[in-house]
Amino acid sequence: MAHKRREMLIDPLVDNNPITLQVLGICSALAVTSSLQVAFVMALAVTLVTAFSSMFISMIRSQIPGSIRIIVQMVIIASLVIVVDQLLKAFAFEISKTLSVFVGLIITNCIVMGRAEAFAMKNPPFESFIDGIGNGLGYGLILMLVGVVRELFGSGSLFGITILETVNNGGWYVPNGLLLLPPSAFFIIGLLIWAFRSWKPEQVEEREYKIQTVETH
Amino acid sequence: MGLRSFFDRVEPHFLKGGKWERYFPVYEMVESFLYTPKTVTTVAPHARSYIDMKRIMTYVVIATIPCILMALYNTGYQTNRAIAEFGASGWRASVIETLGIGFDATSPMANMLHGLLYFLPIYITTLVAGGIAEVIFATARKHEVNEGFLVTSMLYALIVPATTPLWQVALGILFGVVIGKEVFGGTGKNFLNPALTGRAFLYFAYPAQMSGDSVWVPVDGYTGATALAVSASDGFQELAARGMTWWDSFLGFIPGSMGETSTLACAIGLVFLLATRIANYRMVAGCLAGMIGFSLLLNWIGSSSNPMFAMPWYWHLVTGGFAFGLVFMVTEPVSGSHTNMGRYFYGALIGVMVVLIRVLNPAFPEGMMLAILFGNVFAPLIDYFVVQANIKRRSKRNG
Repeated sequence: MAHKRREMLIDPLVDNNPITLQVLGICSALAVTSSLQVAFVMALAVTLVTAFSSMFISMIRSQIPGSIRIIVQMVIIASLVIVVDQLLKAFAFEISKTLSVFVGLIITNCIVMGRAEAFAMKNPPFESFIDGIGNGLGYGLILMLVGVVRELFGSGSLFGITILETVNNGGWYVPNGLLLLPPSAFFIIGLLIWAFRSWKPEQVEEREYKIQTVETH
Repeated sequence: MGLRSFFDRVEPHFLKGGKWERYFPVYEMVESFLYTPKTVTTVAPHARSYIDMKRIMTYVVIATIPCILMALYNTGYQTNRAIAEFGASGWRASVIETLGIGFDATSPMANMLHGLLYFLPIYITTLVAGGIAEVIFATARKHEVNEGFLVTSMLYALIVPATTPLWQVALGILFGVVIGKEVFGGTGKNFLNPALTGRAFLYFAYPAQMSGDSVWVPVDGYTGATALAVSASDGFQELAARGMTWWDSFLGFIPGSMGETSTLACAIGLVFLLATRIANYRMVAGCLAGMIGFSLLLNWIGSSSNPMFAMPWYWHLVTGGFAFGLVFMVTEPVSGSHTNMGRYFYGALIGVMVVLIRVLNPAFPEGMMLAILFGNVFAPLIDYFVVQANIKRRSKRNG
């Protein structure tokens, strides 16, 4: 069992990553990754919400009537998100302001809903908790990778600490403005998916079409 | 026939089982560049045509020659004129001085050579950076490097400003070749125009140098607004007051990205492309009709706060990258619509979008690049509707 739990934690990092394999939670990955600090807080928030919501849902999974299960899940997730939101406002107001609506939108984050529906409804609380942490970490890993690229090359710094001195401050680095725009995360996530699938070819999906080949004589 | 026998001698090394098997795409590139492509159709239909991919691509490169000459002349002309006022600096000025050519803006020779010093580094950087990416992909994916890249790199070099730093040029073409073309499978599978994709990357990544509202005359201290920016702020009538006549604009003696200032040079290219039937006249007609129709509509509506509303279509035609885009980008067969009916709509969509962006969006003074990319994205959708309409029509007719 212990071995299986470790797998649950590690598996979503690369082999079953919620962003690069399942392509979920893209919206927030585009919006919050222009600075690492914000991306880190967001990843933390999503991890906690996924873990605890999965645990609570799993605890009452046999009491939830099938026909209204989504509503029950939403209530639990929404309550947790409000807690996270209030905590952020109390202790990290600046970051909470940059994250703005995206903390609230964790409620609709497909990863949280997906884990609740696909895993927590069928598994015991502790496993669900581990699974939530694992998926949150998988999400966080991609967020951080995208954040590193965007902040380092977009504004020449990491966690707000200047690494590449930009031209405006008398340095040599010309910041790439495209990386500060949300669409750039599409390119980076796309390239990451490409890299992951080159590394692990079993992740490549089968083609939906078949190219006809004609026999040559 | 020394060269041919040399190729015949080394060829076995590159074929299957040879010691340089992996580098076959490189060999193929050099060989088909000098002779003809190896790929011939082996199955039915046995249609014969002299227009193979190599010839299409070569014709497009030939069609850009007037634009290249104009790019060389005008870049040098604008620079020399500005130098007369602000003085010369930089390594190009020292080269010119060493050669003893001088900075006379009235001498075509001096202008051409000075322009060449701007164009060549950019073009060579484009070829080297993009070429390396092409060869890497061709080797890894086992497809051929073809002349399409020559077209992409030539068009790309012509639409960047002369002042672009070379590392930005390299970054742009890498983005264009990799994201715009190779990730989708290479030549013939790209749904965006690779040259424009690279240019758009630069536009959004380094907006300070690329935004298109101030001119790119490569002399320190020279600043000024482009024709489109002037029209946007003060109306097109103001252009004449600043010494920019319609004829200047048409012939191309205005500052701008290197190859796209001259509508006349583009028109010569267009005639060539239409005569050889490389470019499809439907796209051109659609685009012109869309641009003219929509700008007439805006002229008629009018606006008291936005002077761009009053800009007549013949000014839209000669300013910015409209003519260049129309001739070389809209007509690109791969990224455009593939049905004849769809081509009219595709062209018209771009024509309308250009005017829409130029006139109604204050953030973008120039809209041709974005309009064409927008059209590229919609081309398959347009085709889909055309095909569906045809199916409907036929099923109605035949019950």
